[in-house]
Amino acid sequence: MSRFIARRAFSAILLLFATSVVVFGIFEVIPSYNPARAIAGRNATPTTVAQVSEKFGFDKPIYVQYGNTMKLIFTGQIIDYSDNLNVVQQFGQRFPVTASLVVPAAILWMVVAIVLGSLSALRPGRLMDRGLMVAAIVGVSIPVFLLAAVLLYLFAFKLPWFPNTGYTQFGSNPAQWAYHLILPWIAIAALSIGFYSRVLRSSALDVANQDFVRTARAKGLSERQVFVRHVLRNSLMPIVTLFGLDFAALLGGAALVTETVFNLPGIGQYEAQAIGNLDVPPIMVGAMFTAFFVVLFSALSDVVYALLDPRIRLTG
Amino acid sequence: MALDSADDRGAAGVVVTVAPRDSMAEGRQPPAIGPWRLAGRRLRRNKVALFFLALFVVLVVMCLLAPVYADHIANIGPNTNNVTGTVIVDGKQQNVVSLTGVPIGPTWGAHYLLGADTNGRDLAVRLLYGGRTSLLIGSIATVIIIVLGTLAGLLSGYFRGAADFILRPVMELIWSFPVVILGVALGTALAIGGIGPVKGNSLYIPAFIIGVVYIPYLGKPIRGEVLRLRHQDYIDAARVQGMGNWRILFSEVMPNVASTIIVFIPLILAYSILLEAYLSFLGAGVQAPNASWGTLISDGLNYLQTTPTYSLIPGAMLVLTVLSINIVGDGIRDALDPRAQVRVRT
Amino acid sequence: MDEQLLEVQDLEVAFATEDGLVRAVSGVSFTVSRGEVVAIVGESGSGKSVTVMTLMGLTRSPNSRFAGTARLRGEDLVSASEEQLEDIRGKEIAMIFQDPISSLSPVQRVGAQIVEQIRAHENISKAAALDRAIELMGRVGIPNARERARAYPHEFSGGMRQRVMIAMALSLSPSVLIADEPTTALDVTIQAQILDEIRQLSAESDAGVIFVTHDLGVVADIADRVLVMYAGRLVEQGTVDEIFYDPQHPYTWGLLGSVTRVDRDPPRRLPAIPGQPPSLVATPEGCAFRPRCPHAFDRCRELPPLAPRLPEAPGHLDRCWLAPSDKRARREVAGRIGLSEEAAAS
Repeated sequence: MSRFIARRAFSAILLLFATSVVVFGIFEVIPSYNPARAIAGRNATPTTVAQVSEKFGFDKPIYVQYGNTMKLIFTGQIIDYSDNLNVVQQFGQRFPVTASLVVPAAILWMVVAIVLGSLSALRPGRLMDRGLMVAAIVGVSIPVFLLAAVLLYLFAFKLPWFPNTGYTQFGSNPAQWAYHLILPWIAIAALSIGFYSRVLRSSALDVANQDFVRTARAKGLSERQVFVRHVLRNSLMPIVTLFGLDFAALLGGAALVTETVFNLPGIGQYEAQAIGNLDVPPIMVGAMFTAFFVVLFSALSDVVYALLDPRIRLTG
Repeated sequence: MALDSADDRGAAGVVVTVAPRDSMAEGRQPPAIGPWRLAGRRLRRNKVALFFLALFVVLVVMCLLAPVYADHIANIGPNTNNVTGTVIVDGKQQNVVSLTGVPIGPTWGAHYLLGADTNGRDLAVRLLYGGRTSLLIGSIATVIIIVLGTLAGLLSGYFRGAADFILRPVMELIWSFPVVILGVALGTALAIGGIGPVKGNSLYIPAFIIGVVYIPYLGKPIRGEVLRLRHQDYIDAARVQGMGNWRILFSEVMPNVASTIIVFIPLILAYSILLEAYLSFLGAGVQAPNASWGTLISDGLNYLQTTPTYSLIPGAMLVLTVLSINIVGDGIRDALDPRAQVRVRT
Repeated sequence: MDEQLLEVQDLEVAFATEDGLVRAVSGVSFTVSRGEVVAIVGESGSGKSVTVMTLMGLTRSPNSRFAGTARLRGEDLVSASEEQLEDIRGKEIAMIFQDPISSLSPVQRVGAQIVEQIRAHENISKAAALDRAIELMGRVGIPNARERARAYPHEFSGGMRQRVMIAMALSLSPSVLIADEPTTALDVTIQAQILDEIRQLSAESDAGVIFVTHDLGVVADIADRVLVMYAGRLVEQGTVDEIFYDPQHPYTWGLLGSVTRVDRDPPRRLPAIPGQPPSLVATPEGCAFRPRCPHAFDRCRELPPLAPRLPEAPGHLDRCWLAPSDKRARREVAGRIGLSEEAAAS
């Protein structure tokens, strides 16, 4: 077990390092990229720009810049270029918003997907199955921003059931917090439910054809017992992997489109603004943040695997 | 209880199509049929997939004919502003953009079929041109992904060694990056500076970015398949016969991954078109003055409350197109590997 | 002792497939009494597995069609509801499957699997059930049963796994035990042990055993009565002595002739029955074995009924039009039982 943790920690560090290099590198490639000018402002004089450049160290060689940036990141002092805010602090403040968006949506989509996928696998070819197939295909054909726009239009404008944007902190008013998040939760969950339930269905049908399921039935267990105790348990693995990756990406800010459309001040919104402004520090921190979660959750899903199937040993 | 009568267990009458009792003493074996022809037969039976394939073709043709529509029917280009112009509707002349700045709604006529935007541009023309752009970028990206992804998968899976040592971590790294963030980062960066001789607002830039981002999505599965296949006996047999590595790769390995590739093609096309929409929506894809469905949706969001059609019509076209591709793709996958239990009426 | 535990009458099982209706079992009738071992022999595709699985209702699916009855102590299994079957499975009629590694759940401890069987029908505590399971494991010859109950199937050898399956199947003392090729996946030496276990345990519990196999050596070892199946039909039925010493059907001769004998010189070529079993979709009219039978004549175009044809052996039934004297004359060539001259003369 400790070897497993050690190996995972090591690959986490490697991935974080590689990610930071890649992000940094992308922006170095742009010939017209001039952060000094961006910081100094549109109407700055060349002198001001030069001063800014010197202050931030933009005139130094790339590897020195990279080193400085990494140092600033890990000491929590890194400032973004557009608004002079402490990036790490911003991430800290915005993370609860993103988490509020992502965690309940994830729980929602997983529970619904498992239920629908199971029902679908139990009666393949019937109405529920076909309906789910349609829902899944439609789900992967709609981009999130479009769904968000449609939801906003229908349920916030046409039928003023929900507020159109904004975020309320959980601490100050839980009801309002949920109220503002319902449409965004639906936007995120709706797209994944179809896909995940189909993956579970497919996996469950494969497992259902295996010999030991036949044995379970031959023991006289009811269909429900056979399904839950034998089929379901053995078919969860593919969605566990997928979930680990999707969840990690979302926590790291992949929900930036949803946050933008619904005006939620989360990490994704911050990253989206930064990208628009070519503001490197938040992008770097964001990418590394995501990479960290990816490693964490892929390790967690490996642990879940080992729990589900005793033939698997945690080797890292 | 006879077998051939309506069964109260749910089968609505069984019509038995047993081969006629002929003189051939051994009875008839069903004719042997190769896996490709079998797949083709199954696909042809899939009415839904065929319908959506036709729909997709219609949509593509419509968009490709955008210049024809613009020149001969609407008589106006996609980027031509016409704030002060007028158009004849039901015999009456109306302002394209009213004096208070409200653009005209759908005229259902040749000019401004779906109305105009605040710049007086013909929405129907922009819709078709936008579609053309989206489809073009999606297709180019798909070609890049299929070619490079297959190559990467084959090389790293078959030759291992140096090729795998480089390709595998690179693919893993790209693959672990959240697609949208990577795409948007690259898109924003390259939209400004371009790459080499290719300018920032060229359509090849988003196509290239989408291509790069999705290569591992094909490369990794192909690599996995090749790794599995190279241990098969017939590969060893080929080697013993004296076939060189490259020949084995192309004549023995590739045909076996072909079905995987074929299943992936529509999937990747759909993903590429969607990613382009995301990138363009966020401003990191297609740049002005070019339009794509993504940019149209993004522009239209500002008017969501008043004129939802600005966003929703391009959105509907986008969804219909991607949906058709996905349904056809599902049909192809079912034809090549049917596993779902289906009620069969004989 | 003569009480008929199981009475199967005109059982028919068919499956609807893409290629037509597959008649896996056509008109099979037999009985099983308390304490007797009935072997069902036939090649792959003869319908023997489908027959026994249908007894447990394991062949039910949207594409399956049934006719006939199978009465277990008067209650019909073919038309029983799922709830009724769930009560019966495991308790009245239990099954041992062919491949224990795939037939046991890989993620559950072995003891727990037996406990699950017990608690599916009896309302006792887990601890009590576990004690019983351990005791059963000991009885079937698994050493260190208490420790081994906590192990997983993949930690056992093939023979031990099969013993686990036997323990599980007998845990509720069923009246009928079905063994579907339980030794096919095992080494020959282990095979003998397992057969002994089955024979001993079923004798102790006075259960009726249906033993499905393609191995005549096993049949000779363990069976009291033998049913020979071909192309979904019973072609011969009798006691083990009758079948081995006075086989009436040419297919049986072929089966017996293809067994190499240790008391004779090995043949130059292994005698095999020429040809292929017929398609179950388009079965030829008349006797299904006709295309491969060197003794066929024109009456064989009419399906022979399964009937007793030897006055001295009323329990010995067969489906062949040849007169018994002809059969006895034709079945031995050059002192060997076999199907034809060429087959025997090797």
